[in-house]
Amino acid sequence: MAARIAQVLLSLAVFVSLPSDPRAISHVLERTSFGLRPGDVERVQAQGLERYIEEQLHPERLSDAGLDARLSDFDTLRMSSRDIAQQFEMPLEDARKAAGAAAGDGKPSPEQRRAATVVQELQEQKVLRAIYSGRQLQEVLVDFWFNHFNVDARKGASRFLLTSYERDVIRPHVFGRFRDLLEATAKSPAMLFYLDNWQSVDPNGVHVDAPRGHFVRGPFGQPVFVQPPLRAPRQNANAPKGLNENYGRELMELHTLGVDGGYTQQDVTEVARAFTGWTIERPRQDGTFKFDPRLHDDGRKLVLGHVINAGGMNDGEQVLDLLARHPSTARFIATKLVRHFVSDTPPPSLVDRVAARFRETDGDLREVMRTLLLSPEFLSPDVYRQKIKTPFEFVVSAVRATGAEVHDARPLVNQIAQLGEPLYQCQPPTGYKDTADAWVNTGALVGRMNFGLALAGNRLRGIVVSNPTPDGIQLGAPEFQRR
Amino acid sequence: MLSRRVFLKNTGFALVSLGFAPSFLTRTAYAQGRTGRPKQLIAIFQRGAVDGLNVVVPFGDADYYRARPGIAIARPGAADGAVSLDGFFGFNPRLQPLKPFWDQGALAIVHACGSPDATRSHFDAQDYMETATPGVKTTGDGWLNRYLQVRRTEHDAAFRAVSLTPQLPRMLQGRAPAIAMSQLSQFSIRAGQLPAAGTTFESLYAEAKDRVLGGTGREAFDAMKMLKDADPSRYEPEHGADYPRSPFGQALKQIAQLVKADVGLEVAFADVGGWDTHVNQGSSQGQLATRLDDFGRAIAALVVDLGDRMADTVVLTMSEFGRAVNENGNRGTDHGHGNAMMAIGGGVRGGRVYGRWPGLAVDRRYEGRDLAVTTDFRDVFGEIVVRHLGVRDARPVFPGYAMDPARFPGLFA
Repeated sequence: MAARIAQVLLSLAVFVSLPSDPRAISHVLERTSFGLRPGDVERVQAQGLERYIEEQLHPERLSDAGLDARLSDFDTLRMSSRDIAQQFEMPLEDARKAAGAAAGDGKPSPEQRRAATVVQELQEQKVLRAIYSGRQLQEVLVDFWFNHFNVDARKGASRFLLTSYERDVIRPHVFGRFRDLLEATAKSPAMLFYLDNWQSVDPNGVHVDAPRGHFVRGPFGQPVFVQPPLRAPRQNANAPKGLNENYGRELMELHTLGVDGGYTQQDVTEVARAFTGWTIERPRQDGTFKFDPRLHDDGRKLVLGHVINAGGMNDGEQVLDLLARHPSTARFIATKLVRHFVSDTPPPSLVDRVAARFRETDGDLREVMRTLLLSPEFLSPDVYRQKIKTPFEFVVSAVRATGAEVHDARPLVNQIAQLGEPLYQCQPPTGYKDTADAWVNTGALVGRMNFGLALAGNRLRGIVVSNPTPDGIQLGAPEFQRR
Repeated sequence: MLSRRVFLKNTGFALVSLGFAPSFLTRTAYAQGRTGRPKQLIAIFQRGAVDGLNVVVPFGDADYYRARPGIAIARPGAADGAVSLDGFFGFNPRLQPLKPFWDQGALAIVHACGSPDATRSHFDAQDYMETATPGVKTTGDGWLNRYLQVRRTEHDAAFRAVSLTPQLPRMLQGRAPAIAMSQLSQFSIRAGQLPAAGTTFESLYAEAKDRVLGGTGREAFDAMKMLKDADPSRYEPEHGADYPRSPFGQALKQIAQLVKADVGLEVAFADVGGWDTHVNQGSSQGQLATRLDDFGRAIAALVVDLGDRMADTVVLTMSEFGRAVNENGNRGTDHGHGNAMMAIGGGVRGGRVYGRWPGLAVDRRYEGRDLAVTTDFRDVFGEIVVRHLGVRDARPVFPGYAMDPARFPGLFA
């Protein structure tokens, strides 16, 4: 109890010491939003940083009607994966079959063009949300967590699954519990597909409930038990026949423990066994999660020294419990968050406190963010403008700074890709880096200068800039590349 | 069988008719590299861990066929079978475009090559291969950058090191200047209504207190001036070289442009993905084969296009690790260990597969599942740095490694 009171007092102490000068407010805004719009600093100064941060930690209390209107034309954003499969993917498959093996002329067919709109709408909505949403911290975190649980749209059917993945798996959990977010990704068809787990099956082979045997009279009159032959449910040549370790490995290396989190190749194999049977119901039609006991390896597993022997789907659930509550996970997530929000060289003291908060709140991501955003390390002038903007952050912040009116976000999507960060198309499961070394190079700088000139010069179709400042030079200048 | 012969014959005819005569290979002065021109290295990274066993196929090893009933490349002579190189190893038939270089002794392979580190993480293994410090994550720079540092001259050419990628790869990151760009044409300021934008930016970056951005900005403006003077905008490949329209083909084409523009290029880098074939990998047709088709045609076009300049150039291919010997349950392959590298160039003692073959029997495998590594990749890099690029003391390029020329595979005389 005393400790709890001390903690409250401590948090109050931090609260009252929040700075109110414009530089500090700019700093907090640069890190918790996609960049300053004209008048933002004054607005936050008037309401106070405490209220601003608290508001951003509770996006559900903020109306976002303006953004909703801008997104209303994108029909696929509201569609289920099932509907997207039926309306976009199936016609594509049918057209492919109809065309047979004949090679096309290299130009996309009408079905291909139509199917491409699913990811296009997703990309446009990401850019529009980042520019116009009032729930800026939520959008920053959606970008962060999507990247943490990266899925590449270019891998096969992924592109039809990402709409639901971001909307139903990532966004609802960015202020929730890490364990829930982790489970949502583990069960998402997008992740199951991207990291191949949907095809990973018991290495001992697919099994069925044994048909009941019966006794017959043997040649000498004795009873003989007859077991009818087992029939595997899938017989075609492409049916999965064994274990696939891809998800098991990335789950530990990238999603939870981190590569130095203390697991072995044996743990990877055991985790992969625990997740056999976590698959997709009719992937090209329903696109929903299902647990298939016929594919599950029910044997005993040993993961990080813990026996997993719950059987069925509980095997995977227990592994998720184990990983979500492992101290390495708290440290790994804390390090990534601090690196993103504070500095490329995360202050160890803050990583310690954020990791501790993660553990004591059972991975409550809102509390974790509150600890981070109210910390002296985050608010220290030493870290002002220490982060290099990623191409996405740079392009969006330039549009916000100019107060531009975006009638068509596609040119922005293309520019971000040209600067090296094609949205939803990061190939490795690591996601995009958010440190300076990945983004500061000569070619990218030339690209950024050119983007600044093109935007401010009204050379991007569908985007209208009326304000004279900042001009193209300011947008391409060194200062604007940092946040 | 008949159709394959016809195909080979036609391919040979096509090369001759396109005017490809590999003169650089027959001129001894070039072959011995005594041209006085600076040496060049073109490094190609196959990201995602290519399945080396289905690229350079050990068809002479019976365990290969036992391990891969569904995805093995058939023996030479069979329909769409391997293209025999030396009676034991053969190319995946989709690499046929590279076969002429093998026949002419300009293409060498190092098999069962890789890292002493056991990681099967793409991320870590790429990192280790690019820093050339396996097992050490704290290394700040890449080995190609350290090479540039060792050979640093007073006036570095702006285009000494160029990566045809949106971001600078780890291999080229470090103190020595290096440029990344996905298109040469992007590399100029499009000023629009602000004719002075270029000079204004130039002074802004020159005066910036921001060390990182200021330094990189200055490099950018130096490079833009050189490229403008060289005017590579109207480029026509030579000797009938036919680059695929793929991003990889276009990247190699632009490297050839830079080489020929004589802007001081010493090190070029390109990468190509799509090798992480966990599911439905295919064999001589299918997913991997499609990637290899692009890969082989692009490299063949580069070598043909560079012509005589290949006497001073080595093209080196690499990938972070190989794939498991056994095919997995999805007709694909999981992450493995040893892999094959290729080196092409006028100075390369080609027509040979280097490295000791450890065999694919289960008890000869690494951890019972993967191709064992018998050549440390640093010995391949090291031999190129020492014997091709001419660095006497390679220790600063490979910190923490006791480099011993006795362990070099012997790619160069």
